[in-house]
Amino acid sequence: MFEFCVDPKAIEGLKWLSCYLTTPKHAAMYYSILTVLGLLAAAVPPILLLGFAGALARRSGFAPIRWIGLGYTSIVRGVPDIVFFLFFPIALDQAVEVIRHKIKCPDVVGSVYQGNDFVVCQAAKMPLGPSPQWVHEAWGFTLAVVTFAIVFGAFTANTLHGALAAVPRGQLETARAFGMTDRQTFWRVHLPQMWVYALPGLSNLWMILIKATPLLFLLGIKDIVYWAKELGGMKTQAYTYSHPDWRVWYFAALLVFYLLLTWVSQRVFDRVFARASRGMSVAR
Amino acid sequence: MKKLILAASLSAMAAVTALADPIRMGTEGAYPPYNFINDAGEVDGFERELGDEICKRAELECTWVTNDWDSIIPNLVSGNYDTIIAGMSVTPERDDVIDFSNEYYPPSPSAFVGVAEMDVDLSGAIIAAQTNTIQAGHVSEIGATLVEFATPDETVAAVRNGEADAVLADKDYLAPIVAESNGMLEFIGDDVAIGGGIGIGLRESDTELKETLNKAIDSMKADGTLNTMLAKWFEGDAPQW
Repeated sequence: MFEFCVDPKAIEGLKWLSCYLTTPKHAAMYYSILTVLGLLAAAVPPILLLGFAGALARRSGFAPIRWIGLGYTSIVRGVPDIVFFLFFPIALDQAVEVIRHKIKCPDVVGSVYQGNDFVVCQAAKMPLGPSPQWVHEAWGFTLAVVTFAIVFGAFTANTLHGALAAVPRGQLETARAFGMTDRQTFWRVHLPQMWVYALPGLSNLWMILIKATPLLFLLGIKDIVYWAKELGGMKTQAYTYSHPDWRVWYFAALLVFYLLLTWVSQRVFDRVFARASRGMSVAR
Repeated sequence: MKKLILAASLSAMAAVTALADPIRMGTEGAYPPYNFINDAGEVDGFERELGDEICKRAELECTWVTNDWDSIIPNLVSGNYDTIIAGMSVTPERDDVIDFSNEYYPPSPSAFVGVAEMDVDLSGAIIAAQTNTIQAGHVSEIGATLVEFATPDETVAAVRNGEADAVLADKDYLAPIVAESNGMLEFIGDDVAIGGGIGIGLRESDTELKETLNKAIDSMKADGTLNTMLAKWFEGDAPQW
């Protein structure tokens, strides 16, 4: 990056460090912070959507829908995250490719499973083989968002289900007594009051979601923890910048990063909570 | 009209895929000097140079991707990339699941490394090895206690911080580490001959690609370029064909 970085083996001290910290490999680590934040931002809307769908399904008056809601939350919450992350993205990826294979190459005979191999025609690959690397990465990212949404959606559904049930019945009865329809009762009384009960649980889930992002590496996405491990490991003279095992420094930096992220989140949640409990008689 | 354009662009895309079909080369990127991610953030090392030369000779277009060691075979089999070129020794167990090209690296010894002047009794020691390697299999066979790690770097770190008494890994990987340890680490006992040579891992259904790669590897063996590369990346007693 700097001019004096041409021959790193000849310089030392702060100069060396400034060159070292600005290598393209370090840039990849700094960039991975955006990957983590991007994943968090992209995952929240589908998580809330699935959470609401699950919670409302469990309150439904129609038994089969209730069973679907209950089945979704129970099954997903019961399977260990790491198993889910190992299995689900690969299954989803293969399912998409099988469907594309059936549509795009109807004349290819034989199963897509040949012994141990999973083989679809070139046109059905997802993404297509010749696509640039960023397309492959974007696809991996999408799989990650979908997987996170399904896992955390189930937990959110349970939290929201509990919160909806916690709103005092008298509030809803009063709303009806004022002549509100069921829909009006839900949107004007039930939902706004639900947040106070849901927020502590949701903030827990958010913190867990932040800490679960290193699972991204299982999906082939290089997140900040991967880079800390890779950059921190001992480097022999085969590398331009050789150094002993520095993982402790890199992990200290990770510690600061995650603490900052959770600290900021907590401040935001405190504000949202204060707003959600306006006019309510909450114990303080 | 719209349909026509769509059909035309689709068929154009199909034509491109039929012509180019880049080969995705999968590697670990954590095993210098075989393969590692250099400070420019790119895959580098003996296998990078070798792979690029093979692709040139076979007239293939190649792109490099990294994958962690633990899931490197499952991801090949499910088609995320087309080859494994990651210092993977040919073993009967692996050969059951995937196919291997002709060997590009002759069978070479593994070795134990421990902290210098520590007199370790290997049969009763705690020995670090990378998960799913021939070395991990060997440690459990000699009756020592095995501790496994996901990356090669962590196996050496375990010896340095005293978590393990010794590490068993390919000697070529350990040699530069021992040489640069300022006398802190040393080889212990005799070298161990386990596993075959190293070949490129392929899906069993990819017979055509296997033929192409074999031809390129054989031609590199014949004209001596492979030996030159081996001498360049593996100092001292580099194995030769």
